[in-house]
Amino acid sequence: MGKVIVVTSGKGGVGKTTSTAALGAALAQRNEKVAVVDFDVGLRNLDLIMGAERRVVYDIVNVIQGDAKLPQALIRDKRLDNLFLLPASQTRDKDALTPEGVEQVMNDLKRYFDWIICDSPAGIERGATLAMRHADVAVVVTNPEVSSVRDSDRIIGMLDSKTLKAERGERMEKHLLLTRYDSNRAERGDMLKVEDVLEILSIPLLGIIPESMDVLRASNIGAPVTIADARSAPAMAYFDAARRLAGENVPISIPGEKRGIFGKIFGRKAA
Amino acid sequence: MSIFRLFNKPRSAPLARERLQVLLSHERCSMDKDLVSLLREEILAVIAKHVQVDADKVQIKMDRGEHVSILEIDIEIPRDAEVLAA
Repeated sequence: MGKVIVVTSGKGGVGKTTSTAALGAALAQRNEKVAVVDFDVGLRNLDLIMGAERRVVYDIVNVIQGDAKLPQALIRDKRLDNLFLLPASQTRDKDALTPEGVEQVMNDLKRYFDWIICDSPAGIERGATLAMRHADVAVVVTNPEVSSVRDSDRIIGMLDSKTLKAERGERMEKHLLLTRYDSNRAERGDMLKVEDVLEILSIPLLGIIPESMDVLRASNIGAPVTIADARSAPAMAYFDAARRLAGENVPISIPGEKRGIFGKIFGRKAA
Repeated sequence: MSIFRLFNKPRSAPLARERLQVLLSHERCSMDKDLVSLLREEILAVIAKHVQVDADKVQIKMDRGEHVSILEIDIEIPRDAEVLAA
C-alpha cells in the first residue's frame, strides 16, 4: 500500500506546488512509483509546474463524478516513466470534491503507487481539509516570515484534529519544509533563523530549501526543479528531503551560499 | 536617510520571533473561544441588562501579553440612565 503525503501550509505562495513537484520527481528518480495530485480545484497549477498543462484531458472531479476512469485521468510524465499527475479541475468550484469521492480515489491510488503526494490549496477550507484527510505524513511548507509561520501553526493544529489519523487517535507524522531560506539574511538578523521557526512550530525538520533563481527557472520551463537542474542548490535540498521522507538518515545542512567579495558587490554568487 | 543609518538598521528577526511566540501561545489555547473575548461579551451583556448602552460610547481595548492579558472596557453611562435604574 502506498504512503499518502499532504503538502500543506495554510498560507498561499510559500512553495507548496513547487515542493510537491520537486519531491515527487525526486522520489520517482529513486525508482518508486509516484502520483502527484492537485487538490486546488478552480486554481490548478501543478500541471503547469510539471510541464503537462497541454496534456490535461480529465481531472480528479471527472474521476469522482464517474465521467472518467482513474487510469484515463492520470498523466504520465514525459521524462520519468514512474511519475504521474492527477490534475485538478479548472472550471468547477471547490464543492465538486466530495469526501466519499476523494476517499475512493485515494484508496485506488494507494494500490498502484508507492507514494501519493497531495498538493493542498491555500486556506483552511474544503479543498485543504480534503487534501490532508487521508494523509499518513504531512509536509508543512513554511517561509521564514511571520504570517507564514502563524498559518503553519494553524495548519498543524488541523492536522492533529481534522484528519482520519487524528480521528482514529493515531499520531499524524508532520515535517517542516522551510523554503525560500536565505542564510545570509538570517545570519544578519534580518530573517527568522531555522532554529527560531523550529522552536516556534516544534515539528521535526525535513529540509531547508534555499531562496534561488533556479526555482523560477524550473517553473518557466515547466519542469520540477529536481529534473530541470538536479545539481542546483534547491534541487539538492529537495533530493535530501526526499531521502529523509523515504526513511534514510541524512544529516541536515543549511544551504548557505557562501559569497566572495565579487558576490557581495554584485549581489549574486561569485562562482 | 543617512548612509550611517543604512548600516545601523536594528535587527528585525528577534522581534518577529518574540511577536510570534506571544501570538501563538494565545492562538493555540483559545482556538474555539478566546477567554478574553468571552469575558468581553458577557460583561457587556450584564451591563446591557441594567443600562441602555450606546454602542458608540463603549471603548474596548485588549492587550495580549506573554504572561498577562489586559482587557479594558470603558463605558460611558449617562446620568439619566442611572436615574432610571435606581
